[in-house]
Amino acid sequence: MIKFQGVSKIYPANHLEKNQTVALKDISFEIKDKEFVLVAGKSGAGKTTLIKLLIGEERPTKGRVFFDNLEVNKIKKGDLPKLRRRVGVVFQDYKLLPKKTVFENIAYALEVIGAPEEQIKTEVPKVLKIVGLEHCLQHFPSELSGGEKQRVSIARALIHRPEVIIADEPTGNLDPYHTWDIIKLLVKINKLDTTVILATHDQEIINSLEKRVISLESGRIISDKEKGKFVI
Amino acid sequence: MFISLKRIIRAGWLSFRRNQGLSGVTIFVMVLTISLVTSIFLFRGMSSFLMDSLEKKFDISVYFKEDSIETEILKTKDLLLELPEVKSVAYVSQDQALEIFKEKHKDNETINRALEEAGDNPFLASLNIRAGSVSNYETINRFLQNARFESLIDKVDYYQRKPVIESFYSLINNLQRTGLVLTLILAFIAFSLTFVTIRLAIYSASEEIGIMRLVGADNWFIRGPFLIQGIICGVLAFLISLVLFLALSYSLSPKVLYLTSGFNLFQYFLGNFFIIFGLQILSGAGLSIFSSLIAIRRYLDK
Repeated sequence: MIKFQGVSKIYPANHLEKNQTVALKDISFEIKDKEFVLVAGKSGAGKTTLIKLLIGEERPTKGRVFFDNLEVNKIKKGDLPKLRRRVGVVFQDYKLLPKKTVFENIAYALEVIGAPEEQIKTEVPKVLKIVGLEHCLQHFPSELSGGEKQRVSIARALIHRPEVIIADEPTGNLDPYHTWDIIKLLVKINKLDTTVILATHDQEIINSLEKRVISLESGRIISDKEKGKFVI
Repeated sequence: MFISLKRIIRAGWLSFRRNQGLSGVTIFVMVLTISLVTSIFLFRGMSSFLMDSLEKKFDISVYFKEDSIETEILKTKDLLLELPEVKSVAYVSQDQALEIFKEKHKDNETINRALEEAGDNPFLASLNIRAGSVSNYETINRFLQNARFESLIDKVDYYQRKPVIESFYSLINNLQRTGLVLTLILAFIAFSLTFVTIRLAIYSASEEIGIMRLVGADNWFIRGPFLIQGIICGVLAFLISLVLFLALSYSLSPKVLYLTSGFNLFQYFLGNFFIIFGLQILSGAGLSIFSSLIAIRRYLDK
């Protein structure tokens, strides 16, 4: 389903960084449909760059990225929204629209794909129930805790039934209680046949889940194991 | 298509309502811009009225020799009227000139006595010429210097009036030039002010724009609500300005009428209502759409 073929990403030198930065170097791997994959690595290992390449936010310096038969780096800017609608992304900093209510934030993902109003009215409360926030429909993000914000972010990523959910350090800002809440939710989503890619540096999560782990260090893959463990 | 449009309009309206502070500032700046543009328009109308009425006060007179025959003078009048530069020509016979003088000085005994002592009518027949524009007097004077009028014309008072005419002509030119430069500078300041305000408003939403893109919104779905918000601000600013200027021109009209000796501000406003309407809506909604499109393009191109 997702394929990285000899992908490198090098950021050129700028006025802040005199030397060029190698974020990813010659990365190759494949993720199958309905898989749950953990991308592990320290901060700066290249996890976020990998996700950015996958959703077309960045283009590789070398190599090719595939989403099904689509070569992501060759998609025109105007066609990127179509790719992003097939993916649900959960960010460490939630990336919720601050001036929209919880309902509107989640509905937005359906609105952009042109879903009818009736569907939005029935689906949004349903997905909020899944993430346990059915009572927060009319709240604004500023009125929610970190864990609640992240659950809204997951609900938004889920609502349009994407083929893949990509979660970039979704528990980075959460306490242990909320962390496991979110992880359990992602596992549940995967059981409903959605591919999940979870980028994390949390040793406990990696070791407990017993899922495939791709470990990155300094932009290179140092291990790729089924039922992997924390190796960094 | 229709459902997207409906959502864009709703999102724009919600964003307008939820960002009341920012919307208020944008409307305020737009009212300033529209007011400035409208004031410039009204001021230009008033200044051209003043210049026209001053121009109308100028004329030159051609005095004919004592022995000139009236038919010859009237023929000259007809020839003058054929000139495109000439607006009107009035014939004043010797007798009329005397009557006018007497009427003007009826209370001055010394002058009346001097006239009686002179016995004959000392005045010459003349033609009073008004040109379409101050700049045309030179051409008319050149025409009158033609050899065929030599036996007929005693003098043309153009050279006596030339300094006044020329300084007035240069004053008009300078005023028009300064007015145009001032208009352009003020319009530039007003437009820049609106542009910067809208740009700042969109800059404050740059993070939101990034999130919308990541969620899969296409460019029009992101751009649309900002445009709607801009249009709402523009239309409200336009309505406020329109009411403000209607009230101002109505209440100031009597004072302006008195100060300018005849310029009716309110009538001028109503007479040019559609031009003012167009100017205001263009500088309000038009400018906000233009500014929003330019400002948002930056974040969509990233």
